[in-house]
Amino acid sequence: MTQSVNQPAERADGTADPRDETARSRGLSLLLAALILLLVWEFVALTVQIPILPTPWAALSTLVRELGRDLGRHFLASLLRVVASITLAVALATPAGLVLGQSQRLNRLLSPFIYLLYPIPKVVLVPIVLLFLGVGNAPKIVIVTMILFFQILVLVRDSAANIQPEILTSVRSLGAGRRALFRFVYLPASVPAVLTAVRQSIGTAVAVLYIAELFATQYGLGYYIYIQGSTLFDYPKMYAGVIAMSVLGLGLYFVVDAVERRACRWMEA
Amino acid sequence: MIELIDVSFAYPQQPPVFDSFSWDVEAGEIWSVLGPSGCGKSTLLLLLAGLLRPQSGQVVIAGERIVRPRPRTGLILQEYGLMPWATVYDNVALGLRIRRFYGPDGRHVPQDEHIDQAETRARVDRWLARLDIAELASKYPGQISGGQRQRAAIARTLALQPDLLLMDEPFSSLDAPTRESLQVLTLKLCAEAGLTVVLVTHNIEEAAFVGQKVLLLHAPPNRQTRMIDNPHTANESYRSSGAYQQTCALLRQRIDEDTPRQSRGETVL
Repeated sequence: MTQSVNQPAERADGTADPRDETARSRGLSLLLAALILLLVWEFVALTVQIPILPTPWAALSTLVRELGRDLGRHFLASLLRVVASITLAVALATPAGLVLGQSQRLNRLLSPFIYLLYPIPKVVLVPIVLLFLGVGNAPKIVIVTMILFFQILVLVRDSAANIQPEILTSVRSLGAGRRALFRFVYLPASVPAVLTAVRQSIGTAVAVLYIAELFATQYGLGYYIYIQGSTLFDYPKMYAGVIAMSVLGLGLYFVVDAVERRACRWMEA
Repeated sequence: MIELIDVSFAYPQQPPVFDSFSWDVEAGEIWSVLGPSGCGKSTLLLLLAGLLRPQSGQVVIAGERIVRPRPRTGLILQEYGLMPWATVYDNVALGLRIRRFYGPDGRHVPQDEHIDQAETRARVDRWLARLDIAELASKYPGQISGGQRQRAAIARTLALQPDLLLMDEPFSSLDAPTRESLQVLTLKLCAEAGLTVVLVTHNIEEAAFVGQKVLLLHAPPNRQTRMIDNPHTANESYRSSGAYQQTCALLRQRIDEDTPRQSRGETVL
C-alpha cells in the first residue's frame, strides 16, 4: 500500500509545491532543447547557403510578419478543423466506448469490425472521403475525426470494462442504478482514457490534416505550405508555414497534456 | 429484520450454494457469518444486499421482499470499493450525492429523505470526524493506508444512516492492531445507531469477537441453519476473557467437524 506521499495542491505554509518545481524544470529543459535545435538549423543553413534552406531567423521573422497577413487565416482554419474534429470524436466515441465496455454481448458483436477498421491508416481514405463530401471543411473534419474516434473508442471501452467490480458493487449498494453508475463511475473513470487517446493521436491527426488540406481547399496550413513551396517558390514563407503547423500540433499536445495532468492528479498517488 | 425463507441459490452450471435455506435475524442483533472459502458467505451477503436474487424462496428485510438493493441497507466490502479518482471527501459524499441525483423516489432513495447540499456537507464532515479521517479529506485513496481507506468506506456507508449494515470481510486485509481498533470503533458506531449488523468472515477470532450470534456455513449446499449464541459486549477487555476463548474453541471445533466431510471428496467451491 502506498502511504501518504503527495502534498495537497494548496499548501498552507507558502512553500512551493514540488509538482510546480518539476513542471518548471521540465519547461526549462524543453526550452533548452528547442534552442539547440535552432542553433543546429542555423549552423547547417549558414554552411550550405542554398535558397531551399533559409536560416531560422529568416523563417521566424517571416512567420511573425505573415501571421498578421495570410498565414494567420490559414492557421486559424487548420486550428478550427482540428478542434472541431476533437470535439466531434470525443462526443461520439466516449458514449460508444462506455456502452461497449459495459455490454459484453454488444462488444463481442462489434469488436471484429473495430479490429478490422482500427488499424487501417485513415490517410488512404482521404481521396474517398473527398469524393463523397466534396470541397469545404466537412471532408477534412470527418477524416481527422475518424482517426481520433477509434483511438478514443478502444481506450474508453477498455477503461470501462476494467473498472474494479468492488467499485460497481459498492456504488450500487449506495443506491446507484444505471444512470447514477454512468454519471458517478463510468463517466469520470473514462476521463483519463479520453485524454490519453487524444494526446496520443494528435500528432497523426495534424499530419493527416496536412494531407487533407492539399486537396480541394484554399484555406489551411497544408494548402499554404504546398502553394508557397511548389508554386510560388517562396521558401521562407514555406518554412513559416511548416513552423506554424508544428506549433499547432505541439500546442494542442501541450494543452491536452496539461489538462490530463490536472484531471488525473489522482493517478500520481 | 431479516427473514430468509426457503432460499435456494446456485450460480450457473454449479451445484447449489443454498438449498431451501432459512434464517431469521432480529432488529438490532449483531451476527457473524463464519465458514471456509467457497461456503457461500459472500453469496449470502449479496442476496441480503439485493445484488443477487434467489432462484426460489424469499429474502425479506424489514417486511419488504428484496428484489433490488434497498436504500436503507449499507454494504462494506474487503476491497473498500472507493473510487480512485475522487478524494476521500468526495468518496464519503458519494452516497449522499446519488440520493440528491435521484431525489426521494422510494426506489433508490427512501421517500422521507430530503438531502440538500448543506445537509451533505454536514453529514460528510460529521462522519469524517467520527472515523477520525477529517484531515485526509483532500487525499486520494491511493495516498492513504488500507485502514484509512476502510474508514472512508465505513464513513460513506454510515453517512446514509442505514438500519442494516452488511460487511464482507471488511478487516481482512488490515494488520492486526488496525483490524482490532477498527472492529471496536465500527461496533461502537453501530451500537449508537442501533444498527442490525451481519459481518461475514473466515476468521474465527473475528467471528467470536464481533458476533453476538454466529451463523456457521460449510461446503455447499447449505440446508440447515447452524448457529451458536455468543452474548457479550465487544470491547477490548472481552478479547482477554475466558468466555471469548471458549467461543473461539467451540467455533474451531464446529468448523473442524465439517472438514472431514470435505476431505472425503465433496466438492468445495
